[in-house]
Amino acid sequence: MPDTEPGRTKALWALPPVAALTLVFLYPLALVVWQSITPEDGGHSTAPYTQVFAEASFRDALTTTVLIAVGATVGALLLGLALSLVIAFVPFPGGKALSRFIDIFLAFPSFLITLALLFLYGTVGMANGLWTDVTGAAHGPLDFLHTPWGVLLAEVTYFTPFVMRPLLAAFSQVETGQVEAAASLGARPWRIVRKVILPEALPSLAAGGALVLVLCLNEFGIVLFTGAKDVVTLPMLVYTKAILDGDYTGACVVAVVNIALSVALYALYRTVMSRTGGGGAGSLTGGAPHRAGA
Amino acid sequence: MLVHSRPARRAVHTLFFLLFVPVFALPLLVIVAASFASSWSGALPSGTTLAHYRDIAQGDALNALLTSVLTALTASVAALTAGTWAALAAEKLGRRTRRLLDALFLLPVAVPSVVVGLSLLVAFSRPPFLLNGTPQIVITAHTVLVTAFAYQSVTAALARLDPAYEQSAAGLGARPAYVLWRVKLPLLLPSLTAAAGLCFALSMGELSATMMLYPPDWTPLPVQIFAATDRGSLFAGAALAVALMATTLLVLLGVSRIRTKASYR
Repeated sequence: MPDTEPGRTKALWALPPVAALTLVFLYPLALVVWQSITPEDGGHSTAPYTQVFAEASFRDALTTTVLIAVGATVGALLLGLALSLVIAFVPFPGGKALSRFIDIFLAFPSFLITLALLFLYGTVGMANGLWTDVTGAAHGPLDFLHTPWGVLLAEVTYFTPFVMRPLLAAFSQVETGQVEAAASLGARPWRIVRKVILPEALPSLAAGGALVLVLCLNEFGIVLFTGAKDVVTLPMLVYTKAILDGDYTGACVVAVVNIALSVALYALYRTVMSRTGGGGAGSLTGGAPHRAGA
Repeated sequence: MLVHSRPARRAVHTLFFLLFVPVFALPLLVIVAASFASSWSGALPSGTTLAHYRDIAQGDALNALLTSVLTALTASVAALTAGTWAALAAEKLGRRTRRLLDALFLLPVAVPSVVVGLSLLVAFSRPPFLLNGTPQIVITAHTVLVTAFAYQSVTAALARLDPAYEQSAAGLGARPAYVLWRVKLPLLLPSLTAAAGLCFALSMGELSATMMLYPPDWTPLPVQIFAATDRGSLFAGAALAVALMATTLLVLLGVSRIRTKASYR
């Protein structure tokens, strides 16, 4: 090794960033947990948890969050798989530009999608406008944006690129020779996808799916912009309790539940990743969207 | 090539664009269209106007844009410093300790941004640290949220770096600090600028933690966009969103130019 510093000095170099992280991230998180077991009337107990768990609004939020997250993940996986398969294996001119476009998509905030959907499918949006123009009806048929379906559509749209990045990276590793050989032996496209391509891409698909699931559980911007009273997810409940109701203890309880859910899933994701290598999915945004010099 | 017959290929491509255009291309286009619209009741905007942009140039929106850019710049620089430092330090550590450091620095990704905001609010509204209601608390939140991305990019870049450069420099008698400054960091420069661009973009669009924390005199653009759409001014919101996207793209473009220049060296 070129440097002769003893091990302890090396470890000391890691201290400043770790200290900074502790101050602005770990210490605040610890205080959230502490506050969640500190009822308003003093002392420390699990009473805030019993109280929050008994609220119907909390149980509804938990169910809504999990259902929307699972639905959006499945949707993003299916759509991402279909689109990536076409870009990688049924190439067309401009396909490269499209994957560049997807990188840009990843750099934009999620709430822009909800804003756009308001213009596309909102009560006065493009689709309904088209309908009223054509049929002369007073109202368009579409009015789903303020329901869980609106959130679901926005999340599928926003998170599909997160699945496509690692998938496209994995697909570029698949030997074209194998695909050609299978095809010349008379395998139908669907069979090639199932038997040759998918097994290679499975780790990336799993990693992308797990990441999207965590991000969906934590999504706030899309739900906030939807502005529907009956679509309340856990992050939304944290916001409502803390900022609108001023109930910090309650907010902290919901926050702890949300953290536990997401961090457990994220730990699972990291384990899957380190087991399989995960193809190009090693990066947070699924294969570093702005990978430099590589 | 998976599909060989020409008609079948055409069918697949048609299907692809039927999915791709409404889902990905249309939303961004529609925001741009709406930002120029005076009203929209039919299939297409019924009139064009620049009024929404004129409002931006006069009102609070310009302030919000400046606030966002300042926040994003500060947060990116802080995150890049912390992330690079941590990644460089982690590289020298043993396997176990490195894993621990990885887990620590990537943890903010798994924690919901709203909760990061809440935690800063809880922690810094009491002694010994009173930051509640200051711009610093917003910048701190953004830094916490984007540091993971900086750390991840630099770690990945370090793993790809050929150790021969560093070793030969050290073999020729260069001290560690000199090797770091004259050999390692220049080699990392493309990744660092890319990470900076990513951090900037993410911070520009950050809404969740900001909604928990922002003081009235430090409202970043996403909060402004939410305020506009919440009171029903969808077109003004769209114009603000275009300003947000344009600024982000400009910075990403600028960063990628630095990158290409650096790679010529």
